[in-house]
Amino acid sequence: MKGLPVLSLLLWMSSMFFVGLYLFVGGFLLVRLEVNRTSGCEDVLHPGQDLVDFCRAQPRFRRAVLLIIDALKIDFARFDPNNTMPRPYQNKLPVLQETASSRPLQSRLYPFRADPPTTTMQRIKGFTTGSLPTFVDVGNNFASSAILEDNLIHQLGKEGKRVVFMGDDTWENLFPKKFHRSLPFPSFNVKDLHTVDNGILQHLYNTIIGDDWDVLVAHFLGVDHCGHRFGPDHPAMADKLTQMDGVIRSVMDRLQNDTLLVVMGDHGMTDTGDHGGESQKETDAAIFLYSPSPIFPGPPTQNEPDVVPQTDLVPTLALLLGVPIPYSSVGQVLLPLFPPHGQTGGAVRGLSQLEALWINAKQVNRFLETYSGMAKDIPPESLLQLKDQFSRLSSEYLSSVGEGRSPSQQLASSLQAYLTSVRDTCRSTWARFNPLKMAAGLSILALACLMCFLLSELSVVLVREVGGGLKVPVVAALAAGVGVAAAQLLSQGFMELTWCLAAGAFSSELLFFWRARRLGSSPVSKNGTKGVKSGGWLTPRRLLIPPLLVPLLRCASLLSDSYVIAEGRVVTFLLFSLALYIPVHLNWDGLLLPPSHDPLKSAGLLPSPALSPSTVRKESSVLLSCLGLLVGSLYLSLSFHGCREEQGSCHPSSFLSPLSRFQDSQLKNIHYILSVLSLGLWTYLLRRCLCHYGNLNSSSGTVFTARWVLPLLSVSLGLHWAVSATPEDSFRNLGELIRLAQLALPRAAFCLLGLGLALIWLDPLTVFVKTRAAASSRSSSLPPPRYRASTGISPQAELHHLIPQIYQRMRRSLEDGELSGGGEAGGRPTVEAYGLGSVYSAPVLLFWGLLGVGLLLLHPEGMAVAFLLLLLEMGALLHIHASSTTLRGLHGAYSDGFCVPWTPVVLWSLAATQFFHATGHLPTFPSIQWGAAFVGFPDGHTGTVLPASLVTLNTFASQILFAVGCPLLLFWPLLCEVRGGRGEEGEDAVMEMRLRENPQQFSSALLQLSTRYLFVHGAQVFASVCAAAILRRHLMVWKVFAPKLMFEASGFLVSCVFLLIGVSLVLRVDLAVGRWFQRLIPESSR
Amino acid sequence: MWDHEIRAMASSHAIIAASVFMATVLPAVLLPGFSVYGSHLLWLYSVSGAVTAVSVAVFWLLGITPPTKKHTLGYKLSRLFRSCLYFFLSCLFFHTVVVLYGAPLIESALETFSLAVLLTSLTTLRCLCVLGPNVQAWIRVFSRHGAMSVWDTCLQITVACTVVGAWVGAFPIPLDWDRPWQVWPISCSLGAMIGFLTGLVAAPAWIHYHRRQLTYKCK
Repeated sequence: MKGLPVLSLLLWMSSMFFVGLYLFVGGFLLVRLEVNRTSGCEDVLHPGQDLVDFCRAQPRFRRAVLLIIDALKIDFARFDPNNTMPRPYQNKLPVLQETASSRPLQSRLYPFRADPPTTTMQRIKGFTTGSLPTFVDVGNNFASSAILEDNLIHQLGKEGKRVVFMGDDTWENLFPKKFHRSLPFPSFNVKDLHTVDNGILQHLYNTIIGDDWDVLVAHFLGVDHCGHRFGPDHPAMADKLTQMDGVIRSVMDRLQNDTLLVVMGDHGMTDTGDHGGESQKETDAAIFLYSPSPIFPGPPTQNEPDVVPQTDLVPTLALLLGVPIPYSSVGQVLLPLFPPHGQTGGAVRGLSQLEALWINAKQVNRFLETYSGMAKDIPPESLLQLKDQFSRLSSEYLSSVGEGRSPSQQLASSLQAYLTSVRDTCRSTWARFNPLKMAAGLSILALACLMCFLLSELSVVLVREVGGGLKVPVVAALAAGVGVAAAQLLSQGFMELTWCLAAGAFSSELLFFWRARRLGSSPVSKNGTKGVKSGGWLTPRRLLIPPLLVPLLRCASLLSDSYVIAEGRVVTFLLFSLALYIPVHLNWDGLLLPPSHDPLKSAGLLPSPALSPSTVRKESSVLLSCLGLLVGSLYLSLSFHGCREEQGSCHPSSFLSPLSRFQDSQLKNIHYILSVLSLGLWTYLLRRCLCHYGNLNSSSGTVFTARWVLPLLSVSLGLHWAVSATPEDSFRNLGELIRLAQLALPRAAFCLLGLGLALIWLDPLTVFVKTRAAASSRSSSLPPPRYRASTGISPQAELHHLIPQIYQRMRRSLEDGELSGGGEAGGRPTVEAYGLGSVYSAPVLLFWGLLGVGLLLLHPEGMAVAFLLLLLEMGALLHIHASSTTLRGLHGAYSDGFCVPWTPVVLWSLAATQFFHATGHLPTFPSIQWGAAFVGFPDGHTGTVLPASLVTLNTFASQILFAVGCPLLLFWPLLCEVRGGRGEEGEDAVMEMRLRENPQQFSSALLQLSTRYLFVHGAQVFASVCAAAILRRHLMVWKVFAPKLMFEASGFLVSCVFLLIGVSLVLRVDLAVGRWFQRLIPESSR
Repeated sequence: MWDHEIRAMASSHAIIAASVFMATVLPAVLLPGFSVYGSHLLWLYSVSGAVTAVSVAVFWLLGITPPTKKHTLGYKLSRLFRSCLYFFLSCLFFHTVVVLYGAPLIESALETFSLAVLLTSLTTLRCLCVLGPNVQAWIRVFSRHGAMSVWDTCLQITVACTVVGAWVGAFPIPLDWDRPWQVWPISCSLGAMIGFLTGLVAAPAWIHYHRRQLTYKCK
């Protein structure tokens, strides 16, 4: 068969999709320009007559302590004395509420609202620069780079304040060399609850007592890590919060009068302990302000803010500590911390409320002017309105100060309103799109989808063509890309890669269409009657069949946020509907039941039906029972879904939490046994299947893998679960051993997995050969090989001549598993090969199974049951496909080569999405299972590639498995033909050797199958891209559509890669089979 | 060609549609506080009861029901019993299918079962009336060459319309519009009802326009 054209066409196809996605995402994800200017002391001028240098003046506080408790949710900070049965996370920080109510002049507790994305690095950026984050930054969480914008730490350093930092090492990466002294501790290992906190506590108190600092920042990570590891509702959280309570108390005791204490959380957490999204549970942290001396003018009044936005911390702290507000901050000062106008002087130093507001407004206005000069994304009308508002306010303020009278209270509130509206304007406009890039990406994607469809329809013609007809489009793409690059270089002096790629993709797509048009019309002339088919496609009647209607509905569902939120159930619904369609359709064609005798026979409608009613009945019952299995596993898989925050009354499946989180040991044991049972069943079923088709007899690498590597892998996985589920405090004396096992077992599993996959790749044949004595073959009734007579023929020609002969003999001897040779008495064939009938599917199946166990290793233990359901559903799908093909074949209704019809392909790709949900994943960022990065690496990583790829493998496990297993759809009907009627017609079962007999049809069918699979996925990607483009100003775009797009696009990339791996594995097997035949023939003929 | 049957079919369908209409209007007039959304289950049962009664009566009067081979009372009784049994089994079947489609298993089991009763009275009952309690014949009817009379074709059309209507009726459930008809199972039963009414209209019309192409093998 022709492997190269198939592979290159697929590669080219997927690269078109990649280019389209790259362009669109480049234009869609938000970009905010960073203003690289810094504020100076001279910018902050007092409006009064006396021109005092702002920085020289005595600030309100000389020193400040910032205690950042990562993920300090507002619920943790509140204290409810009436709550007699507090959950582990409730009422554990009494100090905050106690102080706030007993000393109202000295302290306050507010909810502290973060701007999404609520990841730690984004938050640190947010509350040091005072600006709003954009969506793109989310990806930088693994490798945070230094902040270049003006920020609080920079300003403090510039004014000669000594900033001492201790805690989360993210700060050290964000502010390299900005600290007077810094004690960073590693933050990446989520399982480590104590290193960072204990490290801080060793140094914190000594530092506070000493006099070597002005601002002290301590960032505790224990609470956050505890949330990630155990969730908030766990005794460990209670311990951690109680510890924090003690820390805050001790710090408060050691403070001096001129020091401000700020205790704050950078974000909250969901009920499962995760964060990153924008639900209120994640955004609402707590902030607690305290000073030993009175700082508030009075007890809390009506004017207190309900919620403090996180951006407001920057200007407040800057003015309290006497440094200029960072240049690009858009926050507003926290008014209760400043004395009302007229009460300054005397005991209370520093700025009054109005002065602070004025300085703040001036700074914000200056930033707005600079920014609008650099970028044009803020709408001009709102910009003009803001400018007018500011000039009016400023003249009013200046005139009142100039006349010496105290400005009215109304001025303060209008200044506040101005600051709020600036922030709102910024928030709404920093969703800046590049419409040109988006449109280009969309059109390339649309063309790519269309091309995928065309490829699947024209696969027969394209494979026949030399090189798959690919040379011209690729050359055109290169030419166009280079041309655009040159033009850009000449006109602008630099080149932008995206546009070169776009030009290349576009031109090659157009060229392909032109060629496809010609190709599509050519077979008509060549084949006459047969070519009618290619002329008539793309008519609505052919396109609006249910198997294509279902993907269409699926794509349409991606345009509505409700359906995206309920995606798991929607996909299951569609999958179920399409599965029911198969028997209904078969029945409609009259193929499900053996035709009733009286009418048809008498009418003579079926000429000579080569079918026995018993076979039909058997096939139908197999089909219906597999349908039952499919439906059952579909229904059960619904109970493994996770919950989105938008789904109110939803409880995440208990299988999703790792075993170590269970507190009831009996429940834990039941879950463990269930998981191990499903793992065992997975292994057993795979081996049983291979054994059934006689693939476990030879001594090749693949068989070794199936016999030893797969069971060993499962055993080590089961042991790993057992070890990781043991609570830390039990078996104290075995602690060292447990730690070693936690490290060694998963790594051993990884090694076994690698070994198994490599063995399959290197030696994929599972054929057991048995050579008869030469004498018996000589006496056979078969004619001796004829090529001996003709001596002058080259070996190559001999082979061509010979393969069919040997092959004919072998076909007679083909039996699977059982040791019954050729039937003829004296004419025993020279060679008997066992397992040849499933030579293609066996390695693919084994590869798939091994990969499945490897991916299961990255999941929580309970997911083993879901993976077993996946296996069952996949088997059911394959058997349904095989049975329906056989039924159609029996009635002679269908003989279109090895072509896989749309229905099973659509079912297959919908199942990929369905199991994405059924393995506990969701298309949202907080639901990413970060724990996967620590399997086998409990101490964290040094690089970023390995953890990122582990998390990707975990997230897209279902897409990976279904993509790799895709070629099985092609093999299974052939594999099952023994059970069907074809074998009974006197001809021996040939099974997958049919593929070898028709290499042309094999390659075209393989190409068609892969392009169809890609098309269904690609159409979904296109639909979610459309959703993001059309609804880019929708309320839910950042919550629902953008994450959905990112997940769909990355899932598509992963699917492409693994589909290519699956296809190349098939090609590798084909190569090996070819070699095997070559080796065999000379031997047997000698 | 089939003018007589088509006329009979159209009039019987008109009667059935009228019965649906009456089953909606009459309780609304007689019972205080009756509404399709508010007391949905009541409406559902009243409609299914009306459709059941009227269909049985109409088809019996028209004599569509396949002739019985024996005329003994015991045989007739056993037929009647089997019909009732099939009716009940079909309710269970629809209930299972609807649950597998994603309906809540325990929470609103009564609602789900009521939907199953409605679907049964709109589809299975018609099969019972036209074909008798003979599952083999039911399965045969739903194939391309399976229809053996105008009534079989009509049966194909109405059943397909009803089932597709109920299937489409599930679409609005996940939407966040907060409308009263999005509550389970109102949208599905309304969809099934609308599909059924469409089928009642469509079947005679389709047969009328395709009467030249229709050929039936004699039994």
